[in-house]
Amino acid sequence: MGLKKMMVGFLGSVIAIGGFLEVATADLKFPMLVYRTGAYAPNGIPNADGFVDYYKMINARDGGIGGEKIVFPECETGYKTQVGVECYEKHKENAMVFQPMSTGITYQLIPKASADGVTVYSTGYGRTSAKNGKVFKWIFNAPATYWDGASIAVRHILKQNMGNIKGKKIALVYHNSAYGKEPIRTLQVLAKKHGYKLMLLPVDHPGQEQKATWLKIRKQRPNYVLMWGWGVMNQVAIKQASSIKFPMENFIGIWWSGSENDVMPAGAGAHGYKALTFNAPGDDYQVHKDIKKYVHDKGQASGDGSHFGTVLYNRGLFQAMVQVEAARVAQKIHGTSKITPAMYRDGMENVDLNAKRMEELGFKDFAPPFKNTCENHGGSGLAAVQQWDAKAKKWNMITEYMYGDAAVVNKLIAEDSTKYAKEQKIAMRCN
Amino acid sequence: MSVELLNFIETVINGLMSGIMYSLVALGFVLIFKASGVFNFAQGVFALFAALTLVGFQTGQVPFSHLINELFGTNFHNWYPSLHSFFAIILTIITMIVLAWLIEKLVLKHLVNQEPIILFMATIGLAFVLEGVGDLMWGSDVKVLDVGIPSGGSEWLEKTTIGWASEGSEYYGMYIDVLNVWATIIAVILVTALALFSQYTKTGRALRAVADDHQAALSVGISLRSIWVLVWAISGFIAMVAGIMWGTESGVQFSLSLIALKALPVLILGGFTSIPGAIIGGLLIGLGEKLAEIYIGGLLDIGAIENWFAYFMALVFLLFRPQGLFGDKIIERV
Repeated sequence: MGLKKMMVGFLGSVIAIGGFLEVATADLKFPMLVYRTGAYAPNGIPNADGFVDYYKMINARDGGIGGEKIVFPECETGYKTQVGVECYEKHKENAMVFQPMSTGITYQLIPKASADGVTVYSTGYGRTSAKNGKVFKWIFNAPATYWDGASIAVRHILKQNMGNIKGKKIALVYHNSAYGKEPIRTLQVLAKKHGYKLMLLPVDHPGQEQKATWLKIRKQRPNYVLMWGWGVMNQVAIKQASSIKFPMENFIGIWWSGSENDVMPAGAGAHGYKALTFNAPGDDYQVHKDIKKYVHDKGQASGDGSHFGTVLYNRGLFQAMVQVEAARVAQKIHGTSKITPAMYRDGMENVDLNAKRMEELGFKDFAPPFKNTCENHGGSGLAAVQQWDAKAKKWNMITEYMYGDAAVVNKLIAEDSTKYAKEQKIAMRCN
Repeated sequence: MSVELLNFIETVINGLMSGIMYSLVALGFVLIFKASGVFNFAQGVFALFAALTLVGFQTGQVPFSHLINELFGTNFHNWYPSLHSFFAIILTIITMIVLAWLIEKLVLKHLVNQEPIILFMATIGLAFVLEGVGDLMWGSDVKVLDVGIPSGGSEWLEKTTIGWASEGSEYYGMYIDVLNVWATIIAVILVTALALFSQYTKTGRALRAVADDHQAALSVGISLRSIWVLVWAISGFIAMVAGIMWGTESGVQFSLSLIALKALPVLILGGFTSIPGAIIGGLLIGLGEKLAEIYIGGLLDIGAIENWFAYFMALVFLLFRPQGLFGDKIIERV
């Protein structure tokens, strides 16, 4: 037999064995769409590490979920929508849930996953109106949506101004993509309600050059700047804001613009910058102790373990915890550990992460409690404001978790989701 | 003076300064294209790789530490706590020279006299390989780069110009980022040095001979391979300078490689073979895109037009002057 034939045979065997192993051990499949390479990798890596460490800990500590091991094949998207869709197609077979980690990918997967019967969980991102479970059966976006985020940021500004922001200028610096455009509608409605003037300042991918945007801000002097950024756009914006001496306490980012990576390059200039969050920073929670004991101390940390306890790592833990909890709830509802994707969806719809349950899971005071229902796939809508302390190099929570403007947000969600249901001819459920 | 006029002057100055930052990237392209006729698609990745390497040396990071620790179960991350920026820059220059030598040895040597498109494709491959190797060597985290170049708005200029506006008007003084002023000074020094080198040194003249005709240069005894190593090393050095400037502004991260896209319209405008063209092209693109973003965007109430406006400008130039402002005129003899 020639060397070439032997190599082909060997490779064929490896692929066959690999495929067999995947099937044999694929008890509960949680595919991961990640971006560990490319322009958005500094954000994608800590988040993905949080997921992986949590799944490893559950497998090591509990032997999986109800005795079923979690498998979590990674697929690299590079934050590219088309690649994300290809990853979905590759891994959708028997998948319990997809976490696209991109609003653009989420928008593409909504009709596909709904047709295929696969759960999509876009934690605090994606299409806001997917909160309406009556229309979006397979899509979940708890614990808060971008419209909650926009109205919470405005509520925070209202509080600082004794409830009156009439005549104030608020600028939105946003990633010129589906993600960045998501809060515009809410901010426009809130502008009419509260009488502030809204400035819209898009920044093209990747956001490396923003001088013109910040010159506009310097000239027009908005009282507050809100930011919906991702990747290098966040770092450049914070550095430019500091460079033009914009008061950092009046600069508020969404929860995807508030990681350590975003503020570190600006050094002392980032001091006082604020960002929303729906999870706490730090590494002294029970879940961290368990991860340390069952994963890191055994030399099995994802990556080099250097992101442990950072904002995006902790968010990965929270996202993974919700996904695992949904599987547990599904097993309980259907009385079997071997759940199907359809059963998993039922679990996700009945997740009840109250304070007691959070504590049991090692997440005491880590995030606000929330509960999914048939009608509400978007959780509580609670978020807090955190502020960067450049001297101590850490985020501090400076407010309690608060609600957005439910009257405005719920009306917009009802309008948008009803329109979508009509376009797609979706019959309303939960009657 | 009216506030509008002062704001216009501020936009013009900032546009020109941003243009200098683009020129720093474009210079590397021009050098390699002049000497070897290769459009080096990897120039942006060169800047990224140089900046990553510089931070790695500054912080004493062990290259490939993640891989080493994974394979051998070690916990080995740093050689030393920190290294002075001067020595880190010297070590980075040496690394870029070694890289140039390796590129010549492993890639270019085998592609002598191939079609330009083949060499271009090779540089595309090189870009992806280098990006991957950079990731493996130094990791994907955002790294803070500080070599002592000051950055941030100039307070002196702000205080000096605040009184220039007409009395009673609301004006806060003129804004210029000090980092961009430094970039301008460095670009002037670089261009002067390159011009002197190529005009007045034997190696510089050999370099120009190779640029004109590979085979003719070979026939008079010029070593094509050593010229290529030299040119790629100089280009690597320029990439390091660009990497320092851009990395100081945004932190060192993988999106830094995309700055190459900013250099393309500069090259189309200035010409692929002219060093002064890279500077003038950069200035025009920087100026054009900032004026477009602020004034045309403001007029039409739209934003984020600066990226495509730079290419629009380049396209208009292509229609009327395909060789660019300072590029060699293309003459095909029949």
